[in-house]
Amino acid sequence: MAKEKKGVRLEHVSKIYQDPKTKKDFYAVHDANIDIAPGEFVTLLGPSGCGKTTILRMIAGFESPDEGEIFLGGEPINELTPNKRDTAMVFQSYALLPHYNIFDNVAYGLKLRKMPKEQIAEKVHAILALVGLEGMEDRMTNQLSGGQQQRVALARALVIEPGVLLFDEPLSNLDAKLRVDMRNEIRRIQQAAGITAIYVTHDQSEAMALSDNIIVMKKGVVDQIGDPHTVYYHPVDEFVADFIGESNFLRGKLTEKESGHAGVATIEGCPVEVADIEHLSVGDDCVLVLRPEAAKLADEGVLPCKVTLSRFMGNYQNYQVMVGDTLVKITDFNPKNHKIYEVGDEAFVSFTASDVHVL
Amino acid sequence: MARTQSAELDRKKLLADPIMVTTIVVLIAFLTLFILYPLAILLVDSFITERGPSLEVFQRIFDMPSFTTAITNTLSVGFLVSIASALVGLLFAYVEVYVKLRTRFLSGLFKVVSMLPVVSPPFVLSLSVIMLFGKAGIVTRYLLGIYDNSVYGFWGIFVVQTLTFFPVCYMMLRGLLKNIDPSLEEAARDMGASRWKVFTSVTLPLMLPGLGNAFLVTFIESIADFANPMIIGGSYDTLATTIYLQITGAYDKEGAAAMAVVLLCITLLMFIVQKYVLEAKSTATLTGKASRARMLITDRSVTLPLTILCGLIAVFVVVMYVCVPFGALFKTWGYDFALTTKWFEQVFTRYHGLEAFRDSFVLSLIASPLTALLSMIISYLVVKRSFRTKGFIEFVSMLAMAVPGTVLGVGFIRGFSGGIFHTGILQGIYGSAAILIIVFIVRSLPTGTRSGISALRQIDKSIEESAYDMGADSFTVFRTVTLPLIKDSFLSGLVTAFVRSITAISAIILLVTPQFFLITVQINEFAEKGSYGIACAFATILIVITYGSVLLMNLAIKHFGTSKYTEEA
Ligand SMILES: Nc1ncnc2c1ncn2[C@@H]1O[C@H](COP(=O)(O)OP(=O)(O)O)[C@@H](O)[C@H]1O
Ligand SMILES: [Mg+2]
Repeated sequence: MAKEKKGVRLEHVSKIYQDPKTKKDFYAVHDANIDIAPGEFVTLLGPSGCGKTTILRMIAGFESPDEGEIFLGGEPINELTPNKRDTAMVFQSYALLPHYNIFDNVAYGLKLRKMPKEQIAEKVHAILALVGLEGMEDRMTNQLSGGQQQRVALARALVIEPGVLLFDEPLSNLDAKLRVDMRNEIRRIQQAAGITAIYVTHDQSEAMALSDNIIVMKKGVVDQIGDPHTVYYHPVDEFVADFIGESNFLRGKLTEKESGHAGVATIEGCPVEVADIEHLSVGDDCVLVLRPEAAKLADEGVLPCKVTLSRFMGNYQNYQVMVGDTLVKITDFNPKNHKIYEVGDEAFVSFTASDVHVL
Repeated sequence: MARTQSAELDRKKLLADPIMVTTIVVLIAFLTLFILYPLAILLVDSFITERGPSLEVFQRIFDMPSFTTAITNTLSVGFLVSIASALVGLLFAYVEVYVKLRTRFLSGLFKVVSMLPVVSPPFVLSLSVIMLFGKAGIVTRYLLGIYDNSVYGFWGIFVVQTLTFFPVCYMMLRGLLKNIDPSLEEAARDMGASRWKVFTSVTLPLMLPGLGNAFLVTFIESIADFANPMIIGGSYDTLATTIYLQITGAYDKEGAAAMAVVLLCITLLMFIVQKYVLEAKSTATLTGKASRARMLITDRSVTLPLTILCGLIAVFVVVMYVCVPFGALFKTWGYDFALTTKWFEQVFTRYHGLEAFRDSFVLSLIASPLTALLSMIISYLVVKRSFRTKGFIEFVSMLAMAVPGTVLGVGFIRGFSGGIFHTGILQGIYGSAAILIIVFIVRSLPTGTRSGISALRQIDKSIEESAYDMGADSFTVFRTVTLPLIKDSFLSGLVTAFVRSITAISAIILLVTPQFFLITVQINEFAEKGSYGIACAFATILIVITYGSVLLMNLAIKHFGTSKYTEEA
């Protein structure tokens, strides 16, 4: 549907703000390098205050970068005002125009483009059908539920066929169930429209469900860019490993390195086979990232442990065990026919080299 | 680390928006020319004589006993009036917020009392005090048999100003009291404190900055008040009247300019303390909204004396206002109470009533939409946009609040009678209708801007951003989004500006030329001459006009207002 999907590129982009309390300047975004392909759905993911909104607002043009250049469809856009940029934003608060009905809200951008009346009506009806609001043209915005307002906001942004759609935590004001429905809708509509989308969220499951690529941010810095699979199984650091899903961190030293990419690490005095260790040499400190669902509790295995918590949660058994001084969380899915360990039991944590990611 | 690139980009983005740039430039020019320049010229004129800079003029005025007395008079009146107004205001606010009123009549009365000073010309209360308590006063002469009571002087001003200004304090303090979380006071009650103890140990300390704020706001108003001291002051001159007499009586423009500088310094000082120290504090101590409804006081030993006291004051105020139309209907006030329409007739047949109403009405009608639009534009720029000169625009438009009308009047005389810096440039506007309109605008701009700013702060910034993002330029955003969303504030700003303009006197009386007749100037003239029948007739018609426009405004807000779609479904 879009006239032309556009890519977005940030080159060494930084934004400096002044802390209102200390009056000191700080980098809200520091040296961000991002390349988003046309038609891609990308999320900016990170804890609150890490600079996601700032990046989005710089792309929309509401904030100006202090360093670097932003490109939209290959053109530098630093000097363009928001109304001259081929972007459309869906705001966290929806930001619908309260004095207009749904039709006029959606038609607003088209009227600004001096489109003939019949064409506007046609387009508005088509887009309202796409977002599932057909027949509600005359409602005022305060007569709508949160989810419906969200759809209007989305329709309004889509109808002007922008080169890129920007979302700033659009689902955070909805309740949990609706949030899941709406995120599937957003993905469906984005695919149907074939439009580039940049989506800000602090909710990792939203990011996983929606994105082609995830940009993980930490304190103003882009920490990792990758598809959901990569950021989950190959996090670049403990921050990413911890922020996306749950992780156990087993600390130790690399004690053997074989010719290829395999070797042995020593954790709490026990040898553990590891793989993908090109970046390490023998004697280096290393951290093994072990997902709770990748670890198993067994009568024999890699690391001896003592069970300190055992809870039946329905679809899984939740364990916490101590390996030496390290606490390890283990989730055992579908435990109906598995052996259940009780608090105080001695057992082993079992996993294979391909289950762990070595930092 | 430097924010130079973003500053440069923001500048370029601004320059890409010619309407915005033009608006800002025009605004700055207007504010500089009609607020800063008239004040600056006062300083220049009083410090720089033909023989270079000197304090000669100041020495001269401070040697005048009449001037130093006026300073003492102004400050003593201001001080006592502000204390009294803040206390009476607190009483009303407390009763409204804390006490369960048994009759709706009383709450209706409160509403009337809070609105009357807004819609009435400034000297109405002075007129009625004279008619009730003066030599021929109904109360003094007929009820009490006192034949030589003089209301002129300190006490006259004190009573009239207190009654005029306490409603402002009442409105300010009411807002603050409503924001006190009831649980704070309930906690103290729970621990065994008496009501009085709760009031003195919890409520009052929380209110102190707010009371200080109300005190200073009233102080500034009282010092700046021209009309009441003029009519009821007698020989008790204040700074505002002294300056007026210095110009119109002694034709001493340098002296008046220097006096105006002194008056301006006093009000500016208070304004700065009020704005930058107390205003921030008074809202900071009361964070957020009250969590839930307050248990109203029903204890008769508390409610009875408080409501009776308030009721008496309120009734007294209403009687004072009602007095004015009757003053216009009696043949000879104090002697012959036969009803007559002769005063109303004379207003139109002998005293240029028609011209006066036409001039006042037309000039105010031109000034008010300009004022309302200008204040909305300023508020929009201040709240929603960021650019380098924003601080200047905000400061100067608020500064006008601290400038007494008399000072502005003298500033305009000095600044424009000989053209800009006495060069003859723009001399043409002096004595014209344009300068009167400009004075009306400048006098109403701060109130309009203040209410515009608070209205705009309520609107989520992203609503305008979304329109901007959809492709609208700044002007379109202002026209299609901002203005419709603050329609209520715009309409009330329009009417407030109209009412303020049509009832204005302090600056205008210095600038009006014989070809214009203004109602307020006429009232002042006849009241001074002692022709209370004529003065009351003029005032009555004026009250009808202002009250009518407020009614119209409320009707308009009800029909076209924003409440329909800003309410939650
Ligand atoms: N206009 C501003 N002035 C000063 N600091 C700001 C401004 N906007 C955001 N910040 C700060 O910049 C940092 C990043 O903010 P933001 O991009 O909104 O974070 P996120 O969207 O990831 O939660 C935060 O520390 C925030 O307080
Ligand atoms: Mg954010």
